[in-house]
Amino acid sequence: MPLREDIKKVLVIGSGPIVIGQAAEFDYAGSQVCRTLKKEGLEVVLVNSNPATIMTDKTMADRVYIEPLTLPVLKKIIEIERPDSILSTLGGQMGLTLSMQLAKAGVLDEMGIKVLGATPETINKAEDRQMFKDMLISIGEPVIPSKVVNYIEGALEYAEEIGYPVIVRPAYTLGGTGGGIANNPDELRIIGSDGLRQSPITQILVEKSVSGWKEIEFEVIRDSKNNTITVCSMENLDPVGVHTGDSIVVAPAVTLADKEYQMLRSASIKIIQELGVEGGCNCQFALDPDSFEYAVIEVNPRVSRSSALASKATGYPIAKVASKIAIGYTLDEIKNEVTGDTYACFEPALDYVVVKFPKWPFDKFVYAKRTLGTQMKATGEVMAIGSFFEQALMKAVRSIELGLDTLELKKLHDKSILEIEEFLHSCDDERIFVVYEALRRGVPIDSIYNITGIDRWFLSKINNLVHMDKYLREGELTEIKYKDAKDMGFLDSTIERLSGQKPPCRLKAAFKMVDTCAAEFEAETPYFYATFDEENEAEEFIEKHEDGRKKIVVFGSGPIRIGQGIEFDYCSVHCINALRESGHEAVIVNNNPETVSTDFDISDRLYFEPLTPEDIDGVLDTEKPDGVIVQFGGQTAIKTTKHLLERGENILGTSADSIDEAEDRERFDALLERCDIPRPKGRTAFTTEEAVKAANELGYPVLLRPSYVLGGQNMIIAHSDGDVREYMEIITSTADLENPVLLDKYLMGTEIEVDAISDGKDLLIPGIMEHIERAGVHSGDSISVYPPQSLSQEVKDKVVSYTEKLVRELKVLGMVNIQYVYYNGELYVIEVNPRSSRTVPYISKVTNVPIVNLATKVLLGSTIRDLGYEPGLVPEASYVAVKVPVFSFPKLTDADSQLGPEMKSTGEVLGIDRDFESALYKGLLGAGYELHKVDDVVLFTVKDEDKPEAVPLAKKFIDFGYKIVATEGTCKYLNAHGVKAEKINYFDEDKPNTDTLFDSGAVDFVVSTSKIGRKPATRSVQMRRKAIERSIATLTSIDTANALANALLSGKNLDNVQMVDISKI
Amino acid sequence: MSRNSTQYEHGKPAYLILEDGSVFSGWNLGAEGTAIGEVVFTTGMTGYQETLTDPSYYGQIVTQTFPLIGNYGVNEADRESAKVWLNGYIIREWCYEPSNFRSRSTLGEYLESHGIVGIYDIDTRALTRKLRSKGVMNGAITTDMPDDKPGFMREIKAYSIEEPLKAVSVKERVTYNCADPLCRIVMLDYGYKNNILRSLNARGCSVMIMPYDSSPQDIMAMKPDGIMLSNGPGDPSKETEVIRNLAELLKTDVPILGICLGHQLLAIAAGGRTEKLKYGHRGANQPVMDMEKDRIYVTSQNHGYAVVGDSITKDIGHVSHYNVNDGSCEGVGYNRPGTFTVQFHPEACAGPHDTQYLFDRFLENMLEYKKNKTIG
Repeated sequence: MPLREDIKKVLVIGSGPIVIGQAAEFDYAGSQVCRTLKKEGLEVVLVNSNPATIMTDKTMADRVYIEPLTLPVLKKIIEIERPDSILSTLGGQMGLTLSMQLAKAGVLDEMGIKVLGATPETINKAEDRQMFKDMLISIGEPVIPSKVVNYIEGALEYAEEIGYPVIVRPAYTLGGTGGGIANNPDELRIIGSDGLRQSPITQILVEKSVSGWKEIEFEVIRDSKNNTITVCSMENLDPVGVHTGDSIVVAPAVTLADKEYQMLRSASIKIIQELGVEGGCNCQFALDPDSFEYAVIEVNPRVSRSSALASKATGYPIAKVASKIAIGYTLDEIKNEVTGDTYACFEPALDYVVVKFPKWPFDKFVYAKRTLGTQMKATGEVMAIGSFFEQALMKAVRSIELGLDTLELKKLHDKSILEIEEFLHSCDDERIFVVYEALRRGVPIDSIYNITGIDRWFLSKINNLVHMDKYLREGELTEIKYKDAKDMGFLDSTIERLSGQKPPCRLKAAFKMVDTCAAEFEAETPYFYATFDEENEAEEFIEKHEDGRKKIVVFGSGPIRIGQGIEFDYCSVHCINALRESGHEAVIVNNNPETVSTDFDISDRLYFEPLTPEDIDGVLDTEKPDGVIVQFGGQTAIKTTKHLLERGENILGTSADSIDEAEDRERFDALLERCDIPRPKGRTAFTTEEAVKAANELGYPVLLRPSYVLGGQNMIIAHSDGDVREYMEIITSTADLENPVLLDKYLMGTEIEVDAISDGKDLLIPGIMEHIERAGVHSGDSISVYPPQSLSQEVKDKVVSYTEKLVRELKVLGMVNIQYVYYNGELYVIEVNPRSSRTVPYISKVTNVPIVNLATKVLLGSTIRDLGYEPGLVPEASYVAVKVPVFSFPKLTDADSQLGPEMKSTGEVLGIDRDFESALYKGLLGAGYELHKVDDVVLFTVKDEDKPEAVPLAKKFIDFGYKIVATEGTCKYLNAHGVKAEKINYFDEDKPNTDTLFDSGAVDFVVSTSKIGRKPATRSVQMRRKAIERSIATLTSIDTANALANALLSGKNLDNVQMVDISKI
Repeated sequence: MSRNSTQYEHGKPAYLILEDGSVFSGWNLGAEGTAIGEVVFTTGMTGYQETLTDPSYYGQIVTQTFPLIGNYGVNEADRESAKVWLNGYIIREWCYEPSNFRSRSTLGEYLESHGIVGIYDIDTRALTRKLRSKGVMNGAITTDMPDDKPGFMREIKAYSIEEPLKAVSVKERVTYNCADPLCRIVMLDYGYKNNILRSLNARGCSVMIMPYDSSPQDIMAMKPDGIMLSNGPGDPSKETEVIRNLAELLKTDVPILGICLGHQLLAIAAGGRTEKLKYGHRGANQPVMDMEKDRIYVTSQNHGYAVVGDSITKDIGHVSHYNVNDGSCEGVGYNRPGTFTVQFHPEACAGPHDTQYLFDRFLENMLEYKKNKTIG
């Protein structure tokens, strides 16, 4: 069937802020959808609260609303826009849930809106545990014995019946939030209650654990004619029990014989046909490794993280095809854009193997529990493609940016064999490395299998790497040995390191095309991966398409992690667009399957490769580019600068020397001296004693951080010698200190940030941003406001003049991001980053200055004036934008939510409106805060320094009608200063205490600040965790709390704010 | 490759030589020696054991485009016939430590025990691209490169698959009975795959497997309720005797189902034509449109020849299925009652099970035939 005639205007709901379990993959899916629908001539209305996305660019849809993703907001937008259809399956769980809510609230019926993709009935059948189970039983598909319960007693009873261990899965939550495996009644009591609380409908599923079975996934696509195909099979390296988002995943499935493969393939087809999904669907199975017995674990009736992975792994554009199906097309009518010749109705054949490796945030949350289970903890992932599993795994390990070039983890060396065997039992983020170490020590594969349940096939392959490592260390490095090592993914540098010999020859990377069809048909996909063969298809492709355009290679930002998120992919994509726009060939190197930049039709060529020097050598040797760009791919790309310089590449933009000048403390100090710009006093230290001494010279509080970091990794504010010692101990244990630790006097002033573009002569500042939280809270975790609300013209002028001076002196070309602090009437510079930043997407959108586009063109030689812009500060926009960070604390057990200089947020939302109060209201609403009184109580427990400011803050909450409850010290102080507050005991004291108060459901907000945080054993950390686990909004900065109180008192609500279509700004 | 504690050991050096003169070097697995054959590629990612034992590959050297072969070992149950029929085997990497609960031995051991010469560690993608652009060609795998290269090249070029049906077919009738059979089927064995037999047995049909050159009289003497024309190797147009026999059978009113070679032979017998495809369809992902159902199914395929769609004139029947990728004919519905044939493999193994419904259709046709016969 062709395009349905009854569809003219479609509402697309995005997935909102990046949180663990819902990341950039939905921007990839969403932007494919928008492009596809627009191409079909449909009017697209897009709603997404996340400004760091490509899909919220004004060119992506006809109407773009960056507004909170809540039911009332969507209702309002629907009333304005009157779409005839809504697409439910391409905005992640958020899009699916909101579509359901709109249907349940009767909005869709009332407005006559059709649901495309999956109907509410379909969604219910897949998402409601009981209905799902009933559906499976009705079609004869095996289910794991399980029961839906609404009370903990029911869970305990059922667990007795089926036997422990049992898995708890809360209904309607994301990324398995609140779930877990319980081995006994005590554990079930904790995990079960937690799950019930997390579930919006207070419902959990208690199911028999099939941990140890293989976990296999199929991506399935179905159209309205019931044509159904499976795009890709995937096998988790970790057996059932670890969330697939936290598992190393291989595509296609590698340990299944055809009989098992077809059995599960047929089951997935049967399930999607029964569900009636029109589009993409993901089916997860548990398969007994010792029989044909299997069970259906879960079905997502929508495009998911796995579909993004499957798309990139096969080249099959699932989201694009799913959106075409949603608007009426059938699989035989949709062309396979990879071959251009065949149709979407076929199953990709792979002639390589793909490994996905998760990126976890435990380097940021050093005290968070690292155990992996049914609740996802990874913030991002990388994908690697190779001709062999070993090769792909080694590439993946390099891509994950842990500084590893093999699976050998040095810190395991001094562990005893008993300790190693003990570690094997704990399933955490480092288990694969522990497995490697165990194999290295000669622990038999069978023993490891018995403990971990990891299939012997994978263990044997990892063992191949162990043996190659040993083999390389022995005897002569022959040509055959060298070639075998290369096939297994060892780098030349690793081979040299292990063998102590130069390779007898040099094998150059040869690039193969990802073509969906294992070379059966001629394809034109400019999508390549490296292996070591003679035939280089990329070279052929380049020759064939040579058209005289200059070639520029752009380096992407790798896996999504805290501090380096989707914003950098946004920048990379816009850089590519600008390059192509200005008549250049744009080539991207990246390794993140969730991103838009790794969509093969974004650039002229895509290389899916790790971003290490040797890996990029392969690309550069093949491409021989006219220039390379590193300033849009975050620190990952910046890190390649030195190597690129050594190769003699033409780096477009700020010179490597200037980058060094900005990062090297002494050189930077000298530069500031020359510019006569003050900065907070600072020192450097290599040892603990040096650090303590420096801190005392500066006077507490001081800020400590390692040099060369992004996202404030390992950054703290120290208030005492003890803090400094604790910090130095941690930082010296994980790495040798090549670069010193930096100590700065900590100034608690207003933080100001600018992004600017320099053409070498003139400077364009699209806007100045002011942070709500005072310095000390990482800029990425601060509420950021554009244009600034509290700064005088004088300060703004000073910011502009300092920025101009710095940029000139540093000889910046292209992008720069500068952070200032305004303290006691003085403006200080904190840091200068000669690269793109995380604020670029939102500032571009609200100021209407296409920052990355301009910066790219500047790199290519245009001047700011050429591009039609008057240098200097761009006049302030008529809209106010408030960027509010979003955190994933509920998913990270034991992680402290206290904000500090180290970044903790995973995503962000934006509030845009004509005035600050409205924008703030929307920003907070979008970030998930309830901005009306639900219950009665605000709990205060603040450190001594914050007590004076807590007084007016508490008054504001009282004015709004709240009752203040506070812990002893805070309560005394508030009472003494005329604020009525009731004392509450800590959770470890007599009842009633904070625990009973939380459980009573009376608390709307917790304001909790503490001097010492981080360690999970700390009382304040535990209390905040308890609040977070009960989904109580926890504010850990007086400034954030104050902003929230102001928003409450401002009287803003959805009736008096307007919905802003940013395409009209 | 095999591994003892710290050593990597490859097999003997081995070479793949194509008739266009190109040489790929790799290592030997399976038997040593020389194998000459028609080099083809298959894109199926699972089911290598089914491929090895599929009689349709008789006389060919098969390349697997998926690089990791042998992962789950070999077992007794996944054989599609009693032996390995292909002449040689080309793969990227073989797994010498397979892992699967049914695995009984390794791929290397299996090939060796069947005397099949294999080669691994060559760029199978480059080979596939060559076959795709130049078409299927002859080639040889050898562990002993002969001194007389020109002579060897001549030998390779001269190779052709002779009398393949004679080689693969049963010599005597073999019967696989069902208790209280719904129908009795004669299957003409052009190189049948076990799963055709299993699929028919599973539907309550007794199957009498008869040699490929059985005479129409012998066949009809069995009083079959249906005739099954199996898959098999080679160029259908060369099988003149078989075609003559089928033309005779077409004059009866017994329902017929043809698969792959059976489909091609019946088309010629009815007056249609076949042609050689450049590099064939071999894999488990070929989309086929069933025009009657207006549905697309993903099918398993293995053929180098195809029925020319235009040659199926109105007085023969109609093209009932076509390949969504290249539009080639994938099935014929005959005017003659109860008769249809398909190019693809509804019995799968290896490959998707999506078109098993065709066996149900065949059963319905036979039951209808039986009913009419009783009434008649």
